[in-house]
Amino acid sequence: MAHYLLSVHSVAGEIREPMTDDEMKESFKQIGKLEAEMKSSDSLVLSGRLHEPDTATVVRISNGEVITTDGPFAESKEHLGGFYIIEAENLDAALAWATKVSKTIKRPIEVWPFVDVRS
Amino acid sequence: MWMFGADNQPNGRAAVPVDETAVSRIFREEYGRSVASLIRAFGDIDAAEDAVQEAFAVALRKWPGDGLPPNPGGWITTTARNLAIDRQRRDARGRELLRDVAVLLPQSDNPDAGREVGPLEDDRLRLIFTCCHPALSTEAQVALTLRLLGGLSTEEVARSFLVAEATMAQRIVRAKRKIKAARIPYRIPEVDELAGRLRPVLAVVYLLYNAGPPTPAEPDLRREAIWLARLLSTLMPNEPEAGGLLALLLLTESRRASRSRPDGALVLLGEQDRTCWDRALIEEAKAIVLRHRRHSPPGQYLLQAAINAVHADAATVQQTDWSQIVALYDQLLAVSPTPVVALNRAIAIGEMQGPAAALSLVNELDLGDYYPFHATRADLLRRLGRAGEAAAAYERAAALAPTKAEREFLRLGGRASR
Repeated sequence: MAHYLLSVHSVAGEIREPMTDDEMKESFKQIGKLEAEMKSSDSLVLSGRLHEPDTATVVRISNGEVITTDGPFAESKEHLGGFYIIEAENLDAALAWATKVSKTIKRPIEVWPFVDVRS
Repeated sequence: MWMFGADNQPNGRAAVPVDETAVSRIFREEYGRSVASLIRAFGDIDAAEDAVQEAFAVALRKWPGDGLPPNPGGWITTTARNLAIDRQRRDARGRELLRDVAVLLPQSDNPDAGREVGPLEDDRLRLIFTCCHPALSTEAQVALTLRLLGGLSTEEVARSFLVAEATMAQRIVRAKRKIKAARIPYRIPEVDELAGRLRPVLAVVYLLYNAGPPTPAEPDLRREAIWLARLLSTLMPNEPEAGGLLALLLLTESRRASRSRPDGALVLLGEQDRTCWDRALIEEAKAIVLRHRRHSPPGQYLLQAAINAVHADAATVQQTDWSQIVALYDQLLAVSPTPVVALNRAIAIGEMQGPAAALSLVNELDLGDYYPFHATRADLLRRLGRAGEAAAAYERAAALAPTKAEREFLRLGGRASR
């Protein structure tokens, strides 16, 4: 078994068709169903949805001093919007979950393997 | 059943003379099979490659004295397996490493694991689907397949891609690292995934066929490619492109004997002795093309096979149905809009409308590093009586050609045109 990060990328300023309340409800229902499926198969380690990148703060050490700055580390059009950390047998199993997530939330999903700390 | 070590060779068996050429021929034939089998046993590509290469080094020492074992491929696989096990035992660290990296081993807790179905029962097919996993770049897929299944050296793979050896070495290392890190599995896709996973596999098999040097002395890569194409076509009888690829390779292969002279010099299609073409291969290929012909729109391999079938139907180059060939190239250009297709289409148009029409099409193409582009220009210029320009184009083509036979052929053309 291995761990994978399924990251959901959002594009800043991208205009998406606004969802109606019913569509919103349906979307949450589908996401809930998918996450229940991940949990029942012991595949879900952790999941989360992030606030917009302008709520992020960067901390770095410079000449022994702590420098705190506003904003995400990298200024880019695309940013991390949310993630799942899953446990899967191999990449094909992880890609199968990524396919389901992508179909449900209608966004591309990036699949990153974690380094196995035991090796 | 493979325990035919050189040490227990049956008495009285006449030793087959063995030299480096024989071993390198067996290397080409058996490397992929042995590596594929060892990856399944040990779950690691590098460990499998190291062991198989070491087994060939042992063979090079032993076979010239002891003679060739009855089943050289089995001998290599068994020896490589024993070497890998020895290494594991000898080296505790190695043992640990192998266990940790054994991600490619079939998973025992998966009920589908180890399930074998008909023609899928071959480790090489498992290996080609892993090498051609869509999570790898196309370049990496082709490079890995040529390296692991074809047994080509990194230098040979680099040459078939026209890139520097160091670049290719890094590409292969990176791809292997990704297979290990991301745990790309060693498995054959399920039926519902097969169609999407097939496209890169076909591209790789096609390249494998063309990577072999065009001399009758080394047919092994081509045979390997045809074997793989046949297996894929059997596995997916309703997939027109799998059949199309097999038909294309069979038609190309049917002309092999007439494509080069005994000294290795090339013979152009129009000058080949068509009575030497292998009719059995042609008929087999034509049946495949006809079986899939109704599929619409036809894919690139089926179209290329159809073009070659038209050539095969013509008793002489003059009797070729060029209008049908141009029509097929028009379709091919629509599904595969590459300058190489455009170049071949221009050549076909030249056969109908003359060299001037072809040259004006060819001159528009951006193929400066592709030697057939210069060879085509040279031929068209020669036919137009522009000898000086033709000689320069022949020289340019010769400088870019990958093999000695092609270089000599082109230099000859260059001299003849002066």
